[in-house]
Amino acid sequence: MQDIVERLLNGDRRALARMVTLIESEAAPSRRYLAELHQHAGHAHIVGVTGSPGAGKSTLVTRLVREYRKRDVRVGVVAVDPTSPFSGGAILGDRIRMMELAGDPNVFIRSMASRGNLGGLSSSTRDVVRAMDAAGYDPIIIETVGTGQAEVEVMRTAQTLLVVVAPGMGDDIQAIKAGILEIADIFVVSKADKAGADQTVAELAMLLSLDSNRRKAAWRIPIIKTSSYKEQGIEQLAESIRQHQQYLHESGMLANRAQRQIRSELEALIMHAVANALKAEMSEEEWDTMIADVTGRERDPYTVAGEIQARIGLK
Amino acid sequence: MADTRPIRVLVAKPGLDGHDRGAKIIARALRDAGMEVIYTGIRQTPEMIVETAIQEDVDAILMSILSGAHMAIFPKVMDLLKQNHVDDVLVAAGGILPDEDIPAIKVMGIKGCFGPGAPLEEIIKFVRDNVQADRLTVGV
Repeated sequence: MQDIVERLLNGDRRALARMVTLIESEAAPSRRYLAELHQHAGHAHIVGVTGSPGAGKSTLVTRLVREYRKRDVRVGVVAVDPTSPFSGGAILGDRIRMMELAGDPNVFIRSMASRGNLGGLSSSTRDVVRAMDAAGYDPIIIETVGTGQAEVEVMRTAQTLLVVVAPGMGDDIQAIKAGILEIADIFVVSKADKAGADQTVAELAMLLSLDSNRRKAAWRIPIIKTSSYKEQGIEQLAESIRQHQQYLHESGMLANRAQRQIRSELEALIMHAVANALKAEMSEEEWDTMIADVTGRERDPYTVAGEIQARIGLK
Repeated sequence: MADTRPIRVLVAKPGLDGHDRGAKIIARALRDAGMEVIYTGIRQTPEMIVETAIQEDVDAILMSILSGAHMAIFPKVMDLLKQNHVDDVLVAAGGILPDEDIPAIKVMGIKGCFGPGAPLEEIIKFVRDNVQADRLTVGV
């Protein structure tokens, strides 16, 4: 059997699919493969799509992919759905909305479960995107789990971030303005065929005008109304994404974002190694003893933590 | 690091019938058993099912069909899997499958057949027992 990395780089979809499985399960060789893939990645434009549950993300992604396919590009999609905290299982249903894309071998869709990660993505999403990028998919669209206020992790992976807001949420916009609204590069008001879309656009415009940092920025955040039902606004959205990509290139922001993302990736890798070292060092019985000591006020948490840190080589 | 990863299952509804209550119950039961279930909705063509199975790298495909078209659709799915060299994925079927068709369905390479009233525990156990173990532990 030919090397999986080579097959992936030659466009073998099964090799890519298996690679994603290895990455997701943190299989032993996946780090080595990813290290090889790294030099082949970095070409794709990575578009994040986030918004509350039911805002219309999956349907929007479907329409957007169809728009891109008119230009005969190969599109990657990573769709994340939540893992049940109780069973560890998940129902990954984003493909229900993406049905019309199924069967097109030039659209590679991978459903991922969040597997306990709380940031709106799974901890391996970034690496999965890297594999798709190396396999030649461009653009790559990441759809987060339905998010609320704090799931901003996608900004550490995406280059252009769409925040999807459905009309009729009214004052809810006020509630989420401090969270995901701050990270948007483009606002999408979905379901524009429904009543209240214009009001949502106006509310978003007002929120943006209140943000003095945004007023000074060179990129004016567009607010785009789309209707997947009436097939409106999708071309305009694709054009807006292209303009943002161009802006990132010309302003030097692309390099800037990449640097920040690499920094956060390195930090995450190190944190992960620390977590694994901790898991390997401490038995459950030891945890129980230490917890009993602290809850019984015989010892304090700071001293105990200091001892464990010393054992895994942290000062 | 875990010894294995969660089992990934594609629950697919081929054919033209639009009744997917059964498929949804199965999907939910498998999720509650700790599996990752890709549910794709109704009216899937064999091409869609196979391409989805490839991209999602699933360990098992469960097809539910009630319309009576199973003897036309199942062979197409199995052929497409073969053409694409997918030979390590468990395939099972559910729905309205007359007893006299079951031997022929099994000959196609579909390992399990579950009609109305099949206990959910039985289906979960079947998936767990028959997914190729080496798929779950490769390199882990």
